[in-house]
Amino acid sequence: MNLEQLRQLQPYLWTLPRTPGEERAEVLLYGGAPLLVSMDDKVLEQIANVASLPGLVGAAMTMPDAHWGYGFPIGGVAAFDAEQGGVISAGGVGFDISCGIRCLRSNLNLEDAVEHFPELGNALFHAIPAGVGEEGEIKLNPEQLDQVMHGGAHWAVQEGYGTPADLDYIEERGRVAGAVPDNVSELAKKRQRGEMGTLGSGNHYLEVQVVDRIFDPAAALAFGLHEGQILISIHCGSRGLGHQIGTDYLVLLAKAASRIGIHLPDRELACAPIKSPEGQQYMGAMNAAINCALANRQILTHLTRSVFTEIYPQAALETLFDVSHNTCKAETHQVDGESRLLYVHRKGATRAFGPGHPMLPERYRQVGQPVVIGGSMGTGSYILVGDSENPAFASSSHGAGRAMSRHRALARWKGRALLDELAQQGILIHTRSMRGVAEEAPGAYKDVDLVAEATEEAGLARRVAFLRPKVCVKG
Amino acid sequence: MEEQRGNFREVAWVDRVMDQGYLCMPTQTQTSSYFEHDADIGIIGRGDTLEQAFETAAQAVFGIVTPLDKVQPQTSVKIEFEESDHELALVTWLNLLLGKARELGMVFSRFHVQRRENLWSTEALGEKWREVMERGVEVKGATLTMLSVKQTGAMWEVRCIVDV
Repeated sequence: MNLEQLRQLQPYLWTLPRTPGEERAEVLLYGGAPLLVSMDDKVLEQIANVASLPGLVGAAMTMPDAHWGYGFPIGGVAAFDAEQGGVISAGGVGFDISCGIRCLRSNLNLEDAVEHFPELGNALFHAIPAGVGEEGEIKLNPEQLDQVMHGGAHWAVQEGYGTPADLDYIEERGRVAGAVPDNVSELAKKRQRGEMGTLGSGNHYLEVQVVDRIFDPAAALAFGLHEGQILISIHCGSRGLGHQIGTDYLVLLAKAASRIGIHLPDRELACAPIKSPEGQQYMGAMNAAINCALANRQILTHLTRSVFTEIYPQAALETLFDVSHNTCKAETHQVDGESRLLYVHRKGATRAFGPGHPMLPERYRQVGQPVVIGGSMGTGSYILVGDSENPAFASSSHGAGRAMSRHRALARWKGRALLDELAQQGILIHTRSMRGVAEEAPGAYKDVDLVAEATEEAGLARRVAFLRPKVCVKG
Repeated sequence: MEEQRGNFREVAWVDRVMDQGYLCMPTQTQTSSYFEHDADIGIIGRGDTLEQAFETAAQAVFGIVTPLDKVQPQTSVKIEFEESDHELALVTWLNLLLGKARELGMVFSRFHVQRRENLWSTEALGEKWREVMERGVEVKGATLTMLSVKQTGAMWEVRCIVDV
């Protein structure tokens, strides 16, 4: 991205000035110059398109890990007011509705665990269905799937996957209201039949990590983190159900926008007014997919626990937090001193509530919400904490963000060689797809340290801990 | 193996780097290929007819999932839909294919498309996943981004970004 087209407002905040006659809201880009320079110009084009949608409140924003997506950029945040004709956009949520990260903290330390990592990796690889074409052992009938779509992680816990204590540490306490399974197509339901408790493919993973560095001891204490501790991160979403809902509503909302007379600079921005029948219909289906994702990560948590206790009988895994990064959620925010109900789209962006927020569990209420920036399998991830001064509708970065296309990564790296290289660094990767590994090469991602630093410097969230990968099941 | 039917033309993969994974590049007589996108993958289908371009676009999509030359076209799945907008028809069709593949636990390698005005009658041939099949990357859906259906001279070209 050519920074000459931007105006720097603060060291980690930039804007794209409007051209004469251009009618759109403000665009704000969070991040330092090195990150912005590495972004494709398409990010600017896409976020400027978002800024032209009706009912947008404040600015259309990109997080420091932003990259070129479809419709919205990945790392895009936009809030809409239903009372002002605000829209809901399937392209603003993405196909993998409620994709997110479940982070588990263990009572194990690296020195206790490291000896059994090869055994652990093999066992996780066999227990966690991962990769294209893999199905889980759980087969749901239509009634059960409706229960999943209503119940989310609560359904999973009732079925014996995990414990009630997990629910306190999941966004929305493990279940969003407003799910309408009747708004979900039969094909979407059929696609999910064998996919509960599966990881998926692409950038999805289950990673065993060690806390390598603590940045904020007070927040780390509240989160129950210490150096040398083993954590587990599970990155996945709503699987086939969410993908099909995204698919179904993309075309439906594109047609609705055309019918209603909403000009879409990119058809992928397919949207409808929140209060329109189509908008409400999508909202009900999207919420059903969110619950499906929460249930899915709850099942994977259970499977992970089973493997850990098999390998380490003394192991106890608690849910640190579960946060989604592909959603549209109704939230109350202060805008110009006024409390307003907004529909906040976060596509590849994580919610990051600051201290005192009533939706946080008691344990974290004084310190703020845990925020996870998932890195590549070779570098590391960060846990951050939400900041009460967050200027972006309580949003933060969600990952390292791609710096190179899959096509180029595939031409540059070979899966097998990459696995060997990572093994030499003490990182054990288990995968069924060498192509997937090559596409997800650590070098294809931005520098996660820069992203985390920029996230903190921009006032979006503060760094708490850096996690180094040790064992990874790659989707 | 079933015989090829209709105007199907198989993509010739000339550069196949196994490494247990693979890199697929089409030949000069290419009918499908890919274009750059930061997070996802751009697919292109080309053909002498619109229908043929749709077929090769589907090959590009499923070529991301697994090498197509290893997939036996032993089971046929028929899909019909109505759509007057050619661009939306492309996305609709690719997504119906992806949905069906996931529903049935299959991967498709050969495709036939026929159109009578707004009615699209299509067929996909493939098989259930087998353990020995190479695993590529799951395609979640075809998007409307960079979506185009164009005729240039005698050649049809269709393209869009698919989410992986």
